Amino acid sequence: MASIKNFPKEEYVLKGHAACPGCPITIALRTALKALGNDVTLIVPASCSAVVQSLVPKTSFNVPVLNIAFAASASAASGVAAALKRLGKKTIPVVWAGDGGSYDIGIQALSGALERREDFIYVCYNNQMYSNTGIQRSGATPYGAWTTTTWTGKKEMQKELAEIVMAHHIPYVATASIAYLDDLYEKMKKAKEMEGPRYIEIFSPCPPGWRFDMSKTVEIARLAVQTGSWVLYEAINGKIEFTSYSKMLLKGRERKPIEDWLRMQGRFRHLTEEDIKRIKEAIDEKWKYYMQIYNKD
Amino acid sequence: MMETAISYPTEGGMGKTGTWRIFRPVVDNSKCINCRICWVYCPDAAIKMLMDMPENEGKDIKGIEIDYDYCKGCGICANECPVKAIKMEREEK
Ligand SMILES: Cc1ncc(C[n+]2csc(CCOP(=O)(O)OP(=O)(O)O)c2C)c(N)n1
Ligand code: SF4
Ligand code: SF4
Ligand code: SF4
Repeated sequence: MASIKNFPKEEYVLKGHAACPGCPITIALRTALKALGNDVTLIVPASCSAVVQSLVPKTSFNVPVLNIAFAASASAASGVAAALKRLGKKTIPVVWAGDGGSYDIGIQALSGALERREDFIYVCYNNQMYSNTGIQRSGATPYGAWTTTTWTGKKEMQKELAEIVMAHHIPYVATASIAYLDDLYEKMKKAKEMEGPRYIEIFSPCPPGWRFDMSKTVEIARLAVQTGSWVLYEAINGKIEFTSYSKMLLKGRERKPIEDWLRMQGRFRHLTEEDIKRIKEAIDEKWKYYMQIYNKD
Repeated sequence: MMETAISYPTEGGMGKTGTWRIFRPVVDNSKCINCRICWVYCPDAAIKMLMDMPENEGKDIKGIEIDYDYCKGCGICANECPVKAIKMEREEK
C-alpha cells in the first residue's frame, strides 16, 4: 500500500495558481501527477481546471495541457492517443474533467471512446455541480442540494457515472477521494501500468459551491466516505473490490451518521426531516445491496 | 490561419497569491512529527518539509516551512495537523 511518506517530492502544480483557497482540484491533481509523473498530456475541457491554470502566456501546470471544447474531451484524447502511438511515444493522454463535463456534457464522447477501447486515462473530479460558471446543478448533484438552478433543493437523485462506465467493460474503473490520497495514488499507479481505457473518479468538495469554510475541504471529503455517502472501490476487468475505509465499512464497521456530514454544508441547510430520512434510506439501500453482492471472500 | 495560444509553466501564474490571505498559518516546529499530512493536502503546494531540503540531508530534523508568498490561508493544514502544530492567526494589514 502506498503511503504519503513515499510520495515523490516533485511538484507539477506550481505555486501561485488561480484556484480558490481550499480548492479540491489542485489537491487531487498534485497527488495524481505525483503518481503518473510528467510523461502525460492533460486534456482539459471548459471547467474550473481550465481557469486554475492561470492566464496566457503563463500556466501553473508543469505538464503539457490541451485545453479543449466542453463536449470533446474523450474525442480529443482519442486523437492525442493516436498521434502519440504514431510517434512511438509512451506519453499517456489523461483527461481531467469536471462532473458537468463528464456526467452530462462529455458523456457521449466518453462512451464512444470507451467503446472504441482508446488507450487513455479519463479522470472526472466530481464536485457535484458546475462550479466554474457559478454553481449550477449537474447529473452528479445529490438529492436535496441547493445550487443556483435548484434553489429549493434538487428534487432528483444523482446518477452513478462510474457504474455507467463499468457497463463498457473496460480494464480499470475506480472511485477515489481527495481525503484518501494514498488510495488515490495507488489507483493512479495501477491505471498508469494498464492499457486501454481507464476511468478514475475523484470526490472533490468545493468550499464556495457547497457553502462550507475553506479549511474543511478534506474533512468533508473524509466524512463523505465515513458516512457511506461516497464509496471507494476499484474494478479490474469488471471485478469490484472495495478499498481503504469503504472496505472497513463493508466488513462491518459502523457508518457515521449522515446528519453529521449534511450539517457541515450550507447547501443542505434547508433540508426537512423528510428530506434527511429520504437521503438516509437511499444510503441504507445502497449499502444493503453492497453487502449482499460484494461482501464475500 | 488562426494561431493557437500557448502558455509556459511559471511559478506565480496569478502573481503572489499570498496577498489573498486573511488568516496566516503559523507553525510551531517543536510540535511537528514529520507526518507530511499538511504537505500532501496543501492545495497550493506552499508547504515544504524541512527534511526534504538539500541542506538538511542526513540531519534528524522535524518541521515545515510555509511559503507566505503563495499560501492563500485556507487553513486546511491547521485543520488536518494531527498534533495541532499549526495555528491560524489574523493577518495584520
Ligand atoms: C459548450 C459550452 N457550454 C457552456 C460553457 C460554459 N461553461 C464553462 S465551464 C462550465 C462549468 C463546468 O462544470 P464542470 O464540468 O462540473 O467543472 P467545474 O467547473 O465544476 O470544475 C460551463 C457551463 C462552455 N464553455 N462551453
Ligand atoms: S469554485 Fe470550487 S472547484 Fe472551482 S476553483 Fe473554486 S474551490 Fe476549486
Ligand atoms: S493555509 Fe492553505 S495554502 Fe496556506 S499552507 Fe496551509 S494548506 Fe497551504
Ligand atoms: S501536519 Fe503537523 S505534524 Fe504533520 S508534518 Fe505538518 S506540521 Fe508536522
